[in-house]
Amino acid sequence: MTTAVKPTRSRWRRWRIAPGWWFVAPALVLIVVFFIGPVIAAVGLSLTDYDLYALADPRAARWVGLHNYARMLHEPLFWRSLRNTLYFALVGGPLTVAVSLGAALLVNARAVRRKGVARAVFFAPFVTTLVAVAIVWRYLYHQQYGLLNWLLGHVGIHPIDWLGDPRWAMPAIIVMATWKNFGYNMLICIAGLQSIPRELYEAAALDGATAWQRFRHITIPMLGPTLFFVVIVTMIGYLQLFTEPYVMTQGGPLRATTSLALFMYEEGFRWWRLGSAAAIAFLLFMLIVLFTVVQRRLSPRAAA
Amino acid sequence: MARDTLLTRLCAAATLASIFGCARADAHGGQTELRVWAFGAEGEALGPIASDFERANPDVRVRVQAIPWTAAHEKLLTAYVGDALPDVAQLGNTWIPEFAALGALEPLDMLVARDSASVPRGDYFPGVLATNVVGGVLYGVPWYVDTRVLFYRTDLLRKAGVTRPPTTWSELRDDLSKLKRVQPAGAFPILLPLDEWAQPVIFALQNGSLLLTADGTRGDFLDPRFRRALDFYVGLFRDGLAPPLANTQIGNVYQEFAAGRVAMYITGPWNVGEFRRRLPVELRRSWATAPLPGPDSAGVSFAGGSSIVIMRRSTNKAAAWRFLAFLADPTRQARFYETTGDLPARRSAWSTPALVRDRELAAFREQLGRVVPTPAVPEWELIATRIAQTAERAARGRQSVDDAVASLQRDVDDILEKRRWLATQRRTPARADADARR
Repeated sequence: MTTAVKPTRSRWRRWRIAPGWWFVAPALVLIVVFFIGPVIAAVGLSLTDYDLYALADPRAARWVGLHNYARMLHEPLFWRSLRNTLYFALVGGPLTVAVSLGAALLVNARAVRRKGVARAVFFAPFVTTLVAVAIVWRYLYHQQYGLLNWLLGHVGIHPIDWLGDPRWAMPAIIVMATWKNFGYNMLICIAGLQSIPRELYEAAALDGATAWQRFRHITIPMLGPTLFFVVIVTMIGYLQLFTEPYVMTQGGPLRATTSLALFMYEEGFRWWRLGSAAAIAFLLFMLIVLFTVVQRRLSPRAAA
Repeated sequence: MARDTLLTRLCAAATLASIFGCARADAHGGQTELRVWAFGAEGEALGPIASDFERANPDVRVRVQAIPWTAAHEKLLTAYVGDALPDVAQLGNTWIPEFAALGALEPLDMLVARDSASVPRGDYFPGVLATNVVGGVLYGVPWYVDTRVLFYRTDLLRKAGVTRPPTTWSELRDDLSKLKRVQPAGAFPILLPLDEWAQPVIFALQNGSLLLTADGTRGDFLDPRFRRALDFYVGLFRDGLAPPLANTQIGNVYQEFAAGRVAMYITGPWNVGEFRRRLPVELRRSWATAPLPGPDSAGVSFAGGSSIVIMRRSTNKAAAWRFLAFLADPTRQARFYETTGDLPARRSAWSTPALVRDRELAAFREQLGRVVPTPAVPEWELIATRIAQTAERAARGRQSVDDAVASLQRDVDDILEKRRWLATQRRTPARADADARR
């Protein structure tokens, strides 16, 4: 007596979900609910004129299509913020990467003992809370009592109003941001440096290469993928500059340090034009995507 | 094995106990808990007053949360969205139209009418009380007030040959020209920081401009009264009587005032204490305050300060009103002045000896009798910023007064477009029916 093949079994197989999906499901649900959902809602918000009146009564929100985007492109303060953000990212970004690489080389050098301590010391600024950092740096930058002006005074330079002079406020923020953020990239560069085989350096030294030649022809090419990652991540972070100007200068003096994210925050939470702020957020997103695409084009080997 | 099971069971029991054992914050042995938010220095000064209130009202427990001013606006609005507003809050009076538009504030007309012994409307400066009225409804009770008056160097003015402070615009210009001749070279007689909206707005209000149309749906800047006020303001810069500088470019205003590089300054009551503290001892008697000069006679100023409001969603409104009335008591207002330096909102509180004897505050008392409110629209702060930016462009000579007025009118009409649209919505028959049914 043979048992007939149960038809339910093949039906079962068609609807069967791979076990992998079940394992990933909790994280996916969280991502959809707390990330993808709000992003889609924000796109919708940017196409309306949601503001304070709409907070009180949702019927007061109107569909305006791309009007918010058009208005932003005609707003002088938007272009000022964009310029400030690009200034910060294009000067601060390479500076941070260079400092991180330098620190990584320092820490990784064979002559250095206690590498763990050195790493911890250089990483400490990254994990320090920004408000505490801002308080100390505001004292450092003080025009009359600050340490920086005191040091510059010894070299004969007049006291500079670092946070009050529109020309010097952004450089001051760049230096502070570099100091705060180089630790993270340094760790990644250290990992990258340690994966370069020692034999390459020994072979080059035997062939008579100087330290600079070894750096240029071995370290940099071998670090390619690592540097590519570090530059992209740094740029993505720096284009979203917000906390440093928020705590140090509140966007001043005379709008010299208003970044796109700070402008968006003001538009959304000071003037309560949330539709407009969502539009700025998407313009910033498109800027970051553009930057990332350009960087990929510039380093095809590294991206591979 | 047995120990592990016991440990597991103990942990489970402790977790369950802590979840179910959490008492609700509201009920503490029959006491009502009143949540109060206050900002800045006043928030910190409110603690002892709250303890006094608890002693006088044992059935109410007051929880004061002091929030810095920089975070106050955002915190209030996010609390509104998250339905986590307190029972009672301090609110800057320029914020009242905003929160009234949100429907977050409890109308206080009935409570004030019923309890007129504790909060008599007539005892408040009329101009100040008017800032708390939106659409004819009272939403807040003034707590402390401030306004702007003229601070000036009496010795420099005497040296310039002027015996009394100016009371009209033409006297002001004359005095400034005379002052410029006795000041050090390159100095400007009056300081009007270009990034502040207070000065152009004050001149406009003094000249009778309403800034916005009556229903607040359009700017009223093409009116000749506003144009004349802006022309007067810009003229002070054009003729070298005021420096074309923003606050960040000025450095230390107290040093400039002490050195005589600034002889006149329009500012508020907080600077009375600051001037007394920071000016050198020999200049102690060399400065004074005076009410602002107006176009033809003594001028008006605008009324600032904070009010106490009760939130509409509060479940403890009776206790909230008792706390509000407690703060409104004249003796307590006078004592509050002594702790914080904030001027009382009630006229009867001004007869306390500390305030009567204070020479510099006499000008404030007089000015408070001549204050007008700024337009009560939620967009006011944005409009005020635009006014400051346009006035700055005109003062720096980058735009003529006519062009400035036209561009300001365009900008403000654009800002108020939503308000205009909402006004038309309310007039449609369908909406009117819905409103009537609600």
